[in-house]
Amino acid sequence: MSLTRSTGAVLAKELKIELRTHDLTNTVLFFVLMVAGLFSFAFSPTVQESRRILPGLIWLAFFFAGTLMLQLCFVREQVNDTLAALRLAPIDPSAILFGKILANFLFLVVTEIVFVPIFSVFYNVNVWPVMGQLLLVLFLGTFGLSVVGTVFSAMTAQARMRELLLPLLLLPVLAPVLIAGVEATSELLGAHPGIGREWLSMLGGFDVIYVTATWLLSGFLVEE
Amino acid sequence: MGPAGDGQRQQIDGTVQEMEMTTKSKQRVWGLAWVATAILLALAGYAIFFVAPRELTMGNIQRIFYVHVATAWCGFIAFFISFFGCIGYLASRQMEWDWLAVATAEVGLMFTTVVLITGPVWAKPVWGVWWVWDARLTTAFILEMLYIAYLLLRKMVTEPGRRAMISAVFGIFAFLDVPLCYFSIRWWRTLHPAPVIGGGPGSGINPVMWHVFLFGLAGFLALTVILVRDRYRMEALRQKISELAADLEEREESLESKEVTR
Amino acid sequence: MNFALPTSLGVEFDRVEKRYGGLRALRRLSLSIAPGEFVALFGPNGSGKTTLLRMAALLVQPTSGKVRHIGAENLSPVDVRRRIGLVAHKALVYDELSARENLSFFAKLYALDNAEERVGRVLGAVGLAHRAGDAAGTFSRGMRQRLAIARALISEPRLLLFDEPATGLDRQGREWLEQTLTGLHEAGATLIMSTHDDSVASLAGRSIWLRAGRLERDTAAADAPLERGVRQ
Repeated sequence: MSLTRSTGAVLAKELKIELRTHDLTNTVLFFVLMVAGLFSFAFSPTVQESRRILPGLIWLAFFFAGTLMLQLCFVREQVNDTLAALRLAPIDPSAILFGKILANFLFLVVTEIVFVPIFSVFYNVNVWPVMGQLLLVLFLGTFGLSVVGTVFSAMTAQARMRELLLPLLLLPVLAPVLIAGVEATSELLGAHPGIGREWLSMLGGFDVIYVTATWLLSGFLVEE
Repeated sequence: MGPAGDGQRQQIDGTVQEMEMTTKSKQRVWGLAWVATAILLALAGYAIFFVAPRELTMGNIQRIFYVHVATAWCGFIAFFISFFGCIGYLASRQMEWDWLAVATAEVGLMFTTVVLITGPVWAKPVWGVWWVWDARLTTAFILEMLYIAYLLLRKMVTEPGRRAMISAVFGIFAFLDVPLCYFSIRWWRTLHPAPVIGGGPGSGINPVMWHVFLFGLAGFLALTVILVRDRYRMEALRQKISELAADLEEREESLESKEVTR
Repeated sequence: MNFALPTSLGVEFDRVEKRYGGLRALRRLSLSIAPGEFVALFGPNGSGKTTLLRMAALLVQPTSGKVRHIGAENLSPVDVRRRIGLVAHKALVYDELSARENLSFFAKLYALDNAEERVGRVLGAVGLAHRAGDAAGTFSRGMRQRLAIARALISEPRLLLFDEPATGLDRQGREWLEQTLTGLHEAGATLIMSTHDDSVASLAGRSIWLRAGRLERDTAAADAPLERGVRQ
């Protein structure tokens, strides 16, 4: 069975379970909403200041929400040892990871589409003129987050203190995504909206490098 | 167990003896290496303070350069070897690669810590601030975070085979991040001086300074080698202990079952 | 019931060792199970039965030694996996999905043709047709076990590994299990089953006892003890 078809099967299974339970999306949506509110209470920024801190706030909110969500993605497979069932199947082990990566990416993207307008309202920053470019930047960064996060979730699923461990592993590796994402977002929300080529290539390069690494190392990642 | 058991014991006693002998002569060699490294570092210390000329604009504080840059290089070399240890483990599944990876990661982390301490000490009088988020300092900072995470991960996975594999994958992911970090921060902001060594025309330092630097670097490299070797040996001994414990347990079990049979 | 295809898969362990740190789950164990055999595995908890079964299913890699599948010499690793079925301790199904959805999902992973029809047939065979649309999470223990067996059978495996298959089954369930196992064996599949249940075990043609990761006794070896110190 081809990699795309088996990846599709795993993805469809993830989506079906999520549509039935809404566990992940509900948690992430609520978390981001809470952060959006709490930051405003903590800093009560003026319109000028909002424009400056909003890019960082958006990225950090989604990073932490993603970390929260990704913890569950392999722990879920342990309840009934279904990871063994996936590994028994005659599919490429990277299909298991890629299916989950795509599912996590979609869950986060939905959250972003819902929340970018809400952030815009809460912080009085008009994002409409650059909405398309902003979403492109967010999607590129979110994809990197999903790739590395899903892989690390697979790694830590059987470790002690995994809830604490995942953010500690994930956040330093995501530093380049954070820098590039925040910078690109700042440029878009600045006085002369534009998009830096170097930031886009950094985000894209991060995605390409880690997708390749995941593909190469997937056999080890799902092992017992 | 009877005769088979005795044979096994003899064989084990033999190996233990052999091990003790080779260990002794090896210990002597490495003991000498320690002494030589200590002398080398002491001489380098002397050269840094009394041989190297006083730098014109920065003054005496510039002498921290010899430690700062040499430890940065050693740290980076250690992480680079650790990366190969990770790949080696995944390719061969031999525990020796895992020991190399963890030994070099720990030593690299130690040197990076020195870099992160000497950096601000140097920066304060020269740039006027303790810390700036420039490309190299920030990369060193993220490197520190990545390898602390690597060691934390190892602590949280108890089964050695699994620990070796997971940490090897993480080690590779972490190391791939280094160039990405470096370039993203470089594009972001840069205050750090361009490399004085091999940084193109116009760069370059006084030949005396250069020799002192090389001398210091040699000392720190020697330190890297013996620290890595000691740390590696610790892992090897740890495995030996767990094997011996397993053997002991097995012998006790076979004694028990023998009694049951009687 | 005809789940197994004519040619089946045996398995050979060659001085296999599995260590989990200081713990040795298997100690240089050598064992050969021919295609079409029905083997019962016995042994106290922690004797290595589960590790042995998971190793035969290619889920666990030996620390040293080799696992070879007999009759799979010309098959790719993926094709070997396609011919193996496992009923493990846990059910290996998703609680959130219905019995039918679970089986359809695995049928898709195995790239089976006539998936729909096949899922219906297997559900009928394990006696779950009336609950096919209910989420697996709502099932009783016995029903979960039936679903777990259905999941393993969906791909018509030729080497079937059962880890305590009688767990959670009532008397009626056990009778059904015995029938199913006999049917699979008659159809030529290789069966390896760990069990504490004597009546289910009595179906097997060969019995193997494990102790502390070693072979303690094998009825195929003419009932001879393998090691000194083991009493008959």
